[in-house]
Amino acid sequence: MKKQKLPSTHVSCQGACAARLPFILWTMVFVAIPLLYILCMSFMKKAATWGILAEFSLDSYQKLFDPVYVKVFGQSMWLAFLTTVFTLLIGYPFAYFTSKLPPKWRSLVLLLIIVPFWTNSLVRIYGWMILLRSQGVINSLLIMLGIIDSPLKLLYNFGAVLVGMVYALIPFMILSVYNSIAKLDPALVEASRDLGASRWRAFWTVTVPMTRAGIMAGCVLVFIPSVGLFFVSDLLGGAKTMLLGNLIKNELLTARNWPMGAALSIVMMTMTMIVIGIYKKVSGEKSLEGIV
Amino acid sequence: MKKRSRFAEVYITLVLLLMYLPIIVVIVYSFNDTKMFHWAGFTLDWYSKLLNNMSIRTAFLNSLQLAALSSLSAAVLGTLGAVGLTGRYFKARGILENVSLIPIMIPEIILGMAYLAFFSFLRLPFGMLTMLLAHTTFCIPYIYINVKARLTDLDPSIAEAARDLGAGYVRVFFDITLPLIFPSILSGTLLAFAMSMDDVVISFFTTGAQTSTLPLQVYSMLKMGVTPEINALCTVMLGAVFFIVAIARLVRARKKTRPLL
Amino acid sequence: MEKTILSIRNISKIFGQTQALCDISIDVSKGEFLTLLGPSGCGKTTLLRIIAGLETPDEGSIFLDGKDVTGWEPNKRNVNTVFQSYALFPHMNVFQNIAYGLKLKKVPKLQIEKRVEEMLALVQLPGYGQRMPSQLSGGQRQRIAIARAIINDPEVLLLDEPLGALDLQLRRQMQTELKRLQKHLGITFIYITHDQEEALNMSDRIGIMNEGKLIQLGTPDEIYEHPQTRFAAQFIGQTNIFDAVVTGQEEDGRLVLSFAGGIIKAQGSGQTGEKVTLSVRTERIRFGEENKYGFTLSGRVKSHSYTGGLLRTILLLSDGQELTVTGMGGGYSRAPIGTQVQIHWNPGCAVIVERGGAG
Repeated sequence: MKKQKLPSTHVSCQGACAARLPFILWTMVFVAIPLLYILCMSFMKKAATWGILAEFSLDSYQKLFDPVYVKVFGQSMWLAFLTTVFTLLIGYPFAYFTSKLPPKWRSLVLLLIIVPFWTNSLVRIYGWMILLRSQGVINSLLIMLGIIDSPLKLLYNFGAVLVGMVYALIPFMILSVYNSIAKLDPALVEASRDLGASRWRAFWTVTVPMTRAGIMAGCVLVFIPSVGLFFVSDLLGGAKTMLLGNLIKNELLTARNWPMGAALSIVMMTMTMIVIGIYKKVSGEKSLEGIV
Repeated sequence: MKKRSRFAEVYITLVLLLMYLPIIVVIVYSFNDTKMFHWAGFTLDWYSKLLNNMSIRTAFLNSLQLAALSSLSAAVLGTLGAVGLTGRYFKARGILENVSLIPIMIPEIILGMAYLAFFSFLRLPFGMLTMLLAHTTFCIPYIYINVKARLTDLDPSIAEAARDLGAGYVRVFFDITLPLIFPSILSGTLLAFAMSMDDVVISFFTTGAQTSTLPLQVYSMLKMGVTPEINALCTVMLGAVFFIVAIARLVRARKKTRPLL
Repeated sequence: MEKTILSIRNISKIFGQTQALCDISIDVSKGEFLTLLGPSGCGKTTLLRIIAGLETPDEGSIFLDGKDVTGWEPNKRNVNTVFQSYALFPHMNVFQNIAYGLKLKKVPKLQIEKRVEEMLALVQLPGYGQRMPSQLSGGQRQRIAIARAIINDPEVLLLDEPLGALDLQLRRQMQTELKRLQKHLGITFIYITHDQEEALNMSDRIGIMNEGKLIQLGTPDEIYEHPQTRFAAQFIGQTNIFDAVVTGQEEDGRLVLSFAGGIIKAQGSGQTGEKVTLSVRTERIRFGEENKYGFTLSGRVKSHSYTGGLLRTILLLSDGQELTVTGMGGGYSRAPIGTQVQIHWNPGCAVIVERGGAG
């Protein structure tokens, strides 16, 4: 063990032990144990009527290869992927332009990005329901303008879910990209311009690579929740768009197959860990906390 | 140059407009004097209906109580954890930190599922207590991260100076450390409070038949069908959030702490 | 000699693989101004932290006023520190900062107020009590940090590069002021710096440290004129270091050596045929033919560098070695580059810093 010199005088040794004990206990009891519990559960059998049988079985994991599940899995991944791509495409220029604004405007724009992030996500999704409904704002407007005769089916489809997801998660992308652009030393861009790069080339060869950590962080922060936000697809996608999140919810509450729900959760968690692991490896960041 | 910055301004405005469009629509419809989707004049009916809706009122009080209790318990646990783990070298710190941050790293639904299973295994009655335990758990990281960042930024010789001037560890903590990290505890707690107030997924799995929170109430109303009361409710919630954000910004501007999100 | 107030006995400390301190022993007398001088990473700050109690030594002990305080907590020792970063409490105003130590000692409020006023007057910042540290300049923060430490009447005041963050002019001014304060209060100062001029100017004694070892301990004069090691000679001032072989000893004790094809003289003793390393300060070397000390050395002027007050000349000796000579810059007629010149020095100024066996 390498002995490190650390700021040591905030608390005594015993004090530090006493202070971290409740935190450690809480983390063990309410994070580690429940997660280990569902890990065990995923290897058990569903009881005939209710509950679980304490018998080892790989049933749940075998069932994952059932075409129905594979399809949901694929759809969920596809949606998460598209969500990430769109938030990046819309969010990166936004963050970039924002960082170039004069300070007064910049902090206002950032505040405006943060506020929806603090507001209830249901409220914001509900706003889209009003907008997209067949008698909703957009359809009424289009009919009024004579562009269409009968209302378009805008709600309850994959597109609506995608809009909702992008909308709900884009603040994460903007903020983490913005953080890394703000840290970028403008002298680097000036140096590359000075060395003869065009504005466009300087952007691609200096700004984008230098902000890779922020891009990666943003992608992780968007991708991970987009697999599980079941209420977005519930409200905007109707019953048609099933996500991994909806699947887990249905297994738990409708089918009452808890081991199956547990197995799906474990799969989802493994994926999350892989995504975070890749992020840590590529970005060189030790933890995700810098971006939370 | 000129042309370019004009494009940037238009782009920013457009994205912000799209971002606020659903919110504006909700606010406008909350004053619309009809259940239908055309404009039928200004009214405050939906607000008075909202005030008289007992189930919404109960849900709101539940949410408030839940968010207050869980963010405060998390403030205590998270602060103690950060102080206890950041101060001295502790072998298992890395792994402990990673485990404690899991609740805000993984999709919420996994935590919801885990609690549903775990609490039924413990035979805890689902309701306020189970929600409180779950919310406290996902609130802790927000405070932990904030306080830890502040502690790492602190010049260690400040605490050493206090020791040198004759203060014991307990005095150092209350005279020096706590006042210096207080703004970060406060902003972390506010963020945790907002997260708890907003949570749908974890509450959905940990609540009992008797207890509802505001987001759960909104969710079920949205699924049942639309009444404009929801618009009014949403407008009120938006107002509350703006209020909290304004206070948080004020505190932060005064204390010049590290901004959180 | 005043009585010993602080006694550092055989202190050693290891951080991981590095020996931060190696068997350090120093006795400090009451009212003394002792400076620990050395390059960064030489262990001087660690030694200071061990005296303050902020670090525990692996071996050795610290005696304060005759008591062994080695295992004592910092708050139990009557020693105070002025930190390099000042470490003022940012959430307290100047008054609260200075009063903190007395408040912990439960001194009555009125008395605290009186003492703080005195301290503010002493550091020449009267009426600054209500300011916050963030509203003060670097020099002012420095004074407050000192006031906060000395209000407790410490037996020893430890200062960790207190002037390091200030600009040159302010630093000179603060040096004088610190010295005045120390004389006035009669407190023992242990002062850390890597600035040799500061050390020579302020100290009663200087301890030169390198790589965790105490290289030499002595008065500024001793340290400068009679360095005992190559490191001590090179770390302070500008010097020429070269090897020479002893050829004999004169009756008055002067050593005669052969060097660069000629004869030189130095102070000290040695066996004939022994190879020694000498240090001669650049400003002690004189140009000229006069044979005052019984030897001259000749060299060719290689280059000059003019730094205002001083002129530095580099000479090339007959065997290819170089010597540096400094003289007054103004009014000094410089020899043209390439000309042959004669030099000599007072044998008392050539000091043996290393003995290297038979030549």
